Amino acid sequence: MDKAERQNWFSQLINTYGLPRLIITGFLLFLFIMAPITGSDLPTQFTNVFNRFSWNAVLVLAMVPMIHSGCGLNFGIPLGVLAGLLGGTLAIEMGFTGPMSFVVAILMATPFAILFGGGYGALLNRIKGGEMMVATYVGFSAVSFMCIMWLMIPYKNPSIVMAYTGVGLRNVFALDKFYANVLSDFLKIDLNPIGINLVIPTGSLLFIALLAVGIWAFFHTKTGTAMTAVGSNPAFARASGINVDRVRMLSVILSTWLGAVGVLVYQQGFGFAQLYTAPYNLTMPAVAAILIGGASVNKASIGNVIIGTILFQGLVTMTPTVITALIHTDVSEVIRIIVSNGMVVYALTRKTEGAK
Amino acid sequence: MKMKKNFNGFDFLQNNLVPLMFIIICVICYPLSGFSPSYLLNEIVTRMGRNIFLILSLLIPIMAGMGLNFGMTLGAMAGQIALIFVTDWQIWGIPGVVLAMLLSIPLSALLGLMCGKLMNMAKGREMILGYMVNYFVTGLYQLVVLFLMGSIIPIIHASVRLPRGFGIRTTVNLSNMRQCLDNQWAILYKGVKIPILTFVIIGLLCLFIIWFRRTKLGQDMRAVGQDMDVARAAGINVDRTRIISIIISTVLAGFGQIIYLQNIGNFPTCTAHSQIGMFCIAALLVGGASVEKASIGNVFLGVILFHTMFIVAPKAGGAITGNAMIGEYFRVFVSYGVITLALIMYEIKKRRARSQGGQLLAQAQKEGGVQA
Amino acid sequence: MRGIKKDFFGNQVLTDINFTLGAGQVLGLCGENGAGKSTLMKILFGMDVIRETGGYSGDIFINGEKAAFNTPFDALAAGIGMVHQEFSLIPGFTATENILLNREPQKKNVISEVFGERLNTLDYKEMDRRAAAAIEKMGVEIDAKMVISSMPVGHKQFTEIARELSKDQLKLLILDEPTAVLTEKEAEALLDSIRGMAARGISVIFITHRLHEILAVCDQVVVMRDGHVVRDVPAGQTSVDDITRWMVGRDVQTSAAPTEAKEENASANVVMSIKHLWVDMPGETVRDVSLDVREGEILGIGGLAGQGKLGIPNGVMGLYEAGGTVEFDGREIPLNSPRKCLDASLAFVSEDRREVGLLLDESLEWNVAFPAMQIQNKFLKNLLGGLVKWRDEKAIHKVTQKYVDQLQIKCTSTAQKAKELSGGNQQKICLAKAFALEPKFLFVSEPTRGIDVGAKALVLNALRQFNRESGVTVVMISSELEELRQTCDRIAIISGGRVAGIRPATDSSEEFGALMVSQVI
Repeated sequence: MDKAERQNWFSQLINTYGLPRLIITGFLLFLFIMAPITGSDLPTQFTNVFNRFSWNAVLVLAMVPMIHSGCGLNFGIPLGVLAGLLGGTLAIEMGFTGPMSFVVAILMATPFAILFGGGYGALLNRIKGGEMMVATYVGFSAVSFMCIMWLMIPYKNPSIVMAYTGVGLRNVFALDKFYANVLSDFLKIDLNPIGINLVIPTGSLLFIALLAVGIWAFFHTKTGTAMTAVGSNPAFARASGINVDRVRMLSVILSTWLGAVGVLVYQQGFGFAQLYTAPYNLTMPAVAAILIGGASVNKASIGNVIIGTILFQGLVTMTPTVITALIHTDVSEVIRIIVSNGMVVYALTRKTEGAK
Repeated sequence: MKMKKNFNGFDFLQNNLVPLMFIIICVICYPLSGFSPSYLLNEIVTRMGRNIFLILSLLIPIMAGMGLNFGMTLGAMAGQIALIFVTDWQIWGIPGVVLAMLLSIPLSALLGLMCGKLMNMAKGREMILGYMVNYFVTGLYQLVVLFLMGSIIPIIHASVRLPRGFGIRTTVNLSNMRQCLDNQWAILYKGVKIPILTFVIIGLLCLFIIWFRRTKLGQDMRAVGQDMDVARAAGINVDRTRIISIIISTVLAGFGQIIYLQNIGNFPTCTAHSQIGMFCIAALLVGGASVEKASIGNVFLGVILFHTMFIVAPKAGGAITGNAMIGEYFRVFVSYGVITLALIMYEIKKRRARSQGGQLLAQAQKEGGVQA
Repeated sequence: MRGIKKDFFGNQVLTDINFTLGAGQVLGLCGENGAGKSTLMKILFGMDVIRETGGYSGDIFINGEKAAFNTPFDALAAGIGMVHQEFSLIPGFTATENILLNREPQKKNVISEVFGERLNTLDYKEMDRRAAAAIEKMGVEIDAKMVISSMPVGHKQFTEIARELSKDQLKLLILDEPTAVLTEKEAEALLDSIRGMAARGISVIFITHRLHEILAVCDQVVVMRDGHVVRDVPAGQTSVDDITRWMVGRDVQTSAAPTEAKEENASANVVMSIKHLWVDMPGETVRDVSLDVREGEILGIGGLAGQGKLGIPNGVMGLYEAGGTVEFDGREIPLNSPRKCLDASLAFVSEDRREVGLLLDESLEWNVAFPAMQIQNKFLKNLLGGLVKWRDEKAIHKVTQKYVDQLQIKCTSTAQKAKELSGGNQQKICLAKAFALEPKFLFVSEPTRGIDVGAKALVLNALRQFNRESGVTVVMISSELEELRQTCDRIAIISGGRVAGIRPATDSSEEFGALMVSQVI
C-alpha cells in the first residue's frame, strides 16, 4: 500500500516536473555534493554559477515573448544578437567609453532590433506553423551575411578594427575600456577580503530582475494578455477581435530587442565582444535553458527562465571542475552538447504541444 | 489562352528561381575567378564523385513526405565510426572501404531507427527534429569517439589513438585508402580525371532509387508522403513505412560519407560530419528540388551548380572586393540563404494552396450569387 | 448470396433498429441530422469510434451468418465497402493508383525473395487492367491516368466508388451522401451506375437528403428519426411528401409546444438586415441569404447539415470570408473584420467550442473576461495616467464568479482550466463570455451540440432569460428543430445556402421539414 502510494507520487512528480528536468536537477545536486569532496571550493563554484547566470539570463528571457505568442522556440535569436552587436560596435565607434557606452549601445541597438524584428515577424506571419525551421536558417543566413558586413562597414576605431590592415572588425576584442563589467561591478558584493571566494554581481542581477519584472508586468497588461491568448488559441483570439498578426509581430520585436540587450549583458559580463560566427553559439544554450526550466514549445514563464538558466549554467560550470576531478577526463563539453540538444529533442517530441 | 501562358511562365520562374539564380551567379563569378576551364571541370567532376552519393540519400525521405532529412548526419557519423575501426585494423584499399560500409550498416540502421521513431513522435516537425537530433547524436558520437574508444572499446593502433591512452586523434588519416575507389579504372581525359568506379556506384544507386519507386514499399512511401490519413485508412502501416524510409536514408548516407572521406583522404574526428547535412541539402535545393519534391536530375544539376559556385565564389569575391575572406563568407551565406529561401517558399506555398482553394470557392459563389 | 439481414438492438442513440436488405437491392436511408444514420453505418462498418465508446448491442447478419467487425478492415474483408463524405484519396496519385491503393498487384523479384514482400515491384499492366475493369463496372467514364488533384470533384467521387468496386469480394456498398458534391448530370450518371451495380448483384445502401433520388433509384426506403426506424417501405409505395413527414414528424406526446412564444409583432424595428450574403465556409457554404432580424426577438435558423446555416453567423462575424451587406442599427457593418462586429456590440458564441470558443489551456476567468477586456477595456486598471492598462484580477474574478453562479457552472474554482470542464459547462462558459460583453445582439451557434439533456435545458433557459430580461436580440442557429421551436419566436430555414422560408415557431414540424429539403444541393 505504502509502496504503491509512493510509486504513484513518484510518477506524478515525473509527470508534472518532467523526467529530463528531474535527472538534470538530480545531477546538479550530485555535483554540488561532490564539489567539496573532490576538493573544489564551493563558494568559487557559486560565484561561477552566479556569473554565468548573470551573463545568460537575458538571452533566455528573450525566448519568452515569442513562445507566449505561439511562434515557438526562438531559433532566430541571432537576429537580436546581431542588433546588439551592431549597437555595441557603433557605440564604441562613436567614441563612448565606460558605463555610457553600455547605455548608448542599448540605445543604438534598439532601432536595429525593431527593424530586424519587424521584418522577421512579418516573415514568420506568412509561414505560421513552420516557424522554428525557418527561424533557424534565417538566423544562420543573417549571421553569415553580417560576417560580410563586419568586413565591409567602414569602422575606424583602432581598438576594434583589424590590427594590420585597419579594414574590418576583429574577431574578438576586449571591452575593458568600454562596457566590461559595468553592471556587475555596481554594488558588487565581494567576500574575498573575509576569506570566502564568493563574489555576487549585484548590478547584473538587479538589471536582470528589472527586465524580468518588466516582462512579467507586460503580461499583466491588456496587450500582454492578448499575446498569451494568441499563443494559446489563435482562432479564439481572432474571434475576440484581436489582430493576431500584429500581436505576433510585437512579440517577435520584443524577443529580438531582448536578444540584443541580452548579448550586450553577456558581453559586459564576459568582458569581450565576439563577432563573425560567434552568434551561432548563443542560440542553443538559451533554447535549452528555457526548456530545462520547464517551458514547452508554447508555454513559458519568468520562473522557467530563472530556474532553467540556473540549472543549465550550473551544469555547464560545475561539470568541468567536478567531473574532471572525479574521473580525470574533461567530458563537460560533451555532456553540455548531449544535455542541451537532448532537451530540445525531448520538447519537440512531446505530444501535448502538437495537440492543437 | 494568352493569360494562361503568361501564368505558366511566371510559375516556371517561381519554381526554378533558385537554379536560375545560381546559374547567374556562376556565370558572373566564373570569369572573375580566373580559373581555367579544365581546372574547373576537374574540380567539378571530383566533387560530383565525392558528393552525389550523399545527396542521393536525401531523396527517399522526401518521397515519404518527411522533408529534407537533416538527420542524414547520423549516417555520416556511423560511417566515420566504421572508418575509424577499419583504420585501426589496418585494412586498406578497396577491401577497407567495403568492410567500412558493411560495418556502418548496423550502426546507421540503429540510429535511423531511433531518428525515425522520434520523427513519428513529432509529425509535422520532422525537419527541425532531425536537425536537433543530429546535434544530440553528435554529443553521443563525441562521447564514444573521445572517451569510450580506447578505454572501453578496444583501439589497438597507436597512430589512431590519442597519446593519453584513450580517445581518437583529432584527425584520422586515411592516406592508405585515399581515392582507392576513384583511382580504380579512372580515365584521364584532357586533364580531367574521371573516377569511373565511383560513377558506376552512383549509377547503381540511381538505378536502385528508380527501381525502388516502382516497388510496393516505394508506392506506400509516396502514398504516406502525400496523405498519412488516407494511407492509414487504406491499411498501410504509416509509422513503419516512415521509419523504413529514414533507415534507408541513414544507411545510404553512411555509405556516402565513406565514399566522400576516401576521396578526401583524412578527416577531423569530431567535426567531419557537422557541415555535411547542410551542404548536401543546399546542393539538392540548388538543383531545383523542394521540400516535398526532388528527383535524381535535381541532384546532378544541384551538385554542378552548387560546387561551381563554391569553387569560384571565394576567388571572385576576392577579385571584386580585394578581400578573400568576403568570398569565403559569401559562399556560406549563399548556402544558408538557399536553404532559408527554399524553406520559406515551401511554407508559403503550403499556406497559399489552402487559401487559394477558399478564394476559388468565393469567386464561384460570387458569380453564382450574381446569377441568382 | 441469399440475403443480408442486419438487426440492431441498440441503446439511446439507436433504439431497436431492424431491417433487412436483399442481394442486388438498393436501400435508401434518410432522416434528419442526428437521426442516427451515420452511427448506424459506423457500426456496420466496424469503425473504431464505436468500439472506443463501448460497442453496441444487437447482431448483424450477413448471408445468414452473424458478423462482428472490430475494424473497418474486417468489414472490408466481409465484402462491405463504404464511400465516405470526405474524400479518402491521395492527391498526387492517378485514379488507377488510388483505386488500387495498398492492393496493388505485384511481381516478385530476386530482392523481394530475400527482403520480403514489400520490395515486390508493382505490376503496372495488371493495375491498369483492374482499374479499367472497376471503372467499367461503375459505368461512368473517368480518365484512369489523370492525377486526382487535377480532377473535378465529381470524378473524385467516382474514383472512390471505383475503388470499392475493384474489390472482388464486394457485396454491399454504402454511399454516404454521394451526390452532395455532384452536378445534376453527374448525379444522374451516379444513379445509373447504382442501378448497374444492383443489376450485378451488389447491394447498396444509399444515404442522401435528395429525396427524389431515393425514389428514383431505391427498391426500399428506410426513414430514421431520433434513433428509431420510423418507416420501412418499398420505394414504389411512397412519395417525397410522405418521407418528409416521417423524417420530421413527432408523436404528439414528445412534441412540446413553444412555451411562451411572443406575440407576432411584425411592426417591431428591424435591428439587423442581411442582404445577399455569401460566405465561404467549407462545408457550410452560404450562397445568397437575405434576412431581417427584428429588435428583441429570438430568431431561429435551422436546416440540414451542410446547407449553410452555420455559415451565416460565421460570415457576419468575420470569421470566414464573406460578401454582401449587413446593416446593424441602421449602420453598415464591414465584413471580414471580427473587431468591427464586436465594436458594434455584436457577440457570437461559436459552434466550435474547442477550437474557436475557448482558451482550453487558460483559466475560466480568462475565458470569460478576455473579449470584454480587449474590446471594451473592461476589467482593466489604468496606471500611470492610462499609459499602462493593467489587468484587474479582482474584477475578473468577480464577474466570472457571477456567471458561474448564475449559469450553475460546475467547477472547482474560477481559476480552473477550461479544458477540465465537461462539454455542457464549457458551453456555459462560452455563453458567459458573450454575456460579459453585454452585447445588443447575440449570435448563438449550436448551443446544445454535444451536451446532455439537463445542461441543454439550462442553456436554453439562460438564453431566453437573457433575451427577455435584457432585451437583447438573439439569433440562434441549431440543427434541432424542436429546440428551435421551443425557444424561438420565428424560425428561418436555410436550404442550399439560401433562405427557404421564415415561419413563426408555432407552425407544424412538417412544414419546416418540407422547407428543409426544398432546395437541397
